[in-house]
Amino acid sequence: MRKKNLKIFLILTFFCFLILPLSQILAQVDTLPPATPTEVRAGDTPNDNGHSITVTWKLSADDGAGRKDVVAYEILRSESPAGEFVVRGMVPAGNNTYQDRGAKEKEDKNYFPPHHDFYYKVRAKTLKSYSESEVAGPATAYGQWFHIGKLPVFVGTLAFTIMVLTFIGLARKGKELYVRPLAGIDAVDDAIGRATEMGRPILYILGLGTAADIATIASLTILNRIAKKTAEHKTKIIVPCMDPIVMSVAQETVKAGYLDAGRPDMYQEENIFYITSMQFAYVAAVNGIMLREKTATNFYLGKFYAESLILAETGSVAGSIQISGTDEIAQIPFFVAATDFTLIGEELYAASAYLGREPLLLGALKAQDLAKAIVMISLALGAFAASFHLDFFLRLFSVQM
Amino acid sequence: MRRQLPILIVFVSGIFMIIQYFIPHESFEFIYEYAMDWIIIIGIFAMLLGLWSLTRASVSKVQTKAPGWGYSVMTLAGLVAMIFLGVYKGNQSIAEGTSFMDIFWNIYTPIQATMFALLAFYIASAAYRAFRARTVMSTILLVTALVIMLRLIPLGPLSGINQTLASWILTVPNMAAKRAIWIGIGLGATATCLKIIFGIERAYMGKD
Repeated sequence: MRKKNLKIFLILTFFCFLILPLSQILAQVDTLPPATPTEVRAGDTPNDNGHSITVTWKLSADDGAGRKDVVAYEILRSESPAGEFVVRGMVPAGNNTYQDRGAKEKEDKNYFPPHHDFYYKVRAKTLKSYSESEVAGPATAYGQWFHIGKLPVFVGTLAFTIMVLTFIGLARKGKELYVRPLAGIDAVDDAIGRATEMGRPILYILGLGTAADIATIASLTILNRIAKKTAEHKTKIIVPCMDPIVMSVAQETVKAGYLDAGRPDMYQEENIFYITSMQFAYVAAVNGIMLREKTATNFYLGKFYAESLILAETGSVAGSIQISGTDEIAQIPFFVAATDFTLIGEELYAASAYLGREPLLLGALKAQDLAKAIVMISLALGAFAASFHLDFFLRLFSVQM
Repeated sequence: MRRQLPILIVFVSGIFMIIQYFIPHESFEFIYEYAMDWIIIIGIFAMLLGLWSLTRASVSKVQTKAPGWGYSVMTLAGLVAMIFLGVYKGNQSIAEGTSFMDIFWNIYTPIQATMFALLAFYIASAAYRAFRARTVMSTILLVTALVIMLRLIPLGPLSGINQTLASWILTVPNMAAKRAIWIGIGLGATATCLKIIFGIERAYMGKD
């Protein structure tokens, strides 16, 4: 028994002597600093407002390789190479870029001054240790006067502007421009005529957009043409608005339509009124108007969201002829299902030119058609280039925001 | 001059907005933000116009006893009550437990939710009309809609096939159509902007 106890004692002692130094060695390994990040570069962030510097580095040899114990990188900044470096940010292991971005307001704590020299260090961190790179810099942030990443957009916009102006110039010279008929637009005259025959008013909804939305502006231009027609037919038009600015513009627009028709005396400002800026409260009020006034024709042209179907279905129940149009793709199916005619997407923007039939406005439509043809050809070429790995062609259209 | 000045303002503002999109420099950022602040300020003043319009329309309906004038009485009562409760306690009025917030949470919010909930029934009635298989096109629409709707329901051995088909419909023909509409919208919106900036489209400006 004694011998057995002695054996156990000896084995335990042996293991203690073996484990103790091993744990010490392991502890030392754990606290060993990782290999330092190298090739640290700091420079102005391109295409920005001048309050950011981008730091890049080569990963530590222990990041994803070697001892594989690097867990993160800290980025430190100082105003002089020997000055006090402060931590500006941290990125997880495997990343080799950091954008040191600050506020542009001087009173902000995180203000990042432009045109000021800064020095950077990158610290590779393990759980218990770290190592620091050489100091990089000086780097200075400055704002750019052109966003190179948006060059394709710039070229496209410029080309499209030239096309629009060219076609408008042709129209001005009296060139006959053909535009394909749109069922929704052709129905406008019939819809107004129906309201006149029935002696009931027309309801025009500008949608939920503000005066800053292009769809609302397009709708306002259509409203002008429709107001002119209603004035000619001596039919009442009701325009309930959800935005007070839109209401003010709509009042002027309708007034201009009545003036164009030579019937300014018939214009009634109280028919273009504000209801509320709350979505469903507005819907409830408009539904009430439809059912009480028994409107013969309803126009829904502009920006619409979830209320589109509620409005259109109520109009359908009220027996009104309905013409809709929006650039909100999610709402187009609802309008197609619930209204008689729908202007899909761009047709909303084209409607004003169709109704006005002014050559200058039709010129812009022809430019749109040409641009669409160019887009279609580009898409076909793009599909071909992508299939055959012709990257240079794809890069021509690459946009960075 | 009364006609030219607004057109000039629109032209200068429009060209600036186009240019600033391509210039990230902070001086342009500053002017852009300044313009955005002005939009907010104008919006606040325009709200007074809106209130005046609403009050005038409602009072007129009550005076003439127009059909549904009782609703206008409710509108005016609600307007006056909320303005009073909002102004009476100043900033404190939007704290929880105040009459202002109680009315908002217990009357306005449920009414708004009720209106939104109506959408479900309207979707059903609109779907019934849209999916009536009277022509070849509407039959295709009906079948496509069925495939898309059934993708979320377990169909035993057919589930895999149905999901693959639904996924293809959503990512290929559906996405192609959506992108085509988006491209058209982009060009249409740009053309509209150009027409307004260059003073070709002036219908929104009104006349004297």
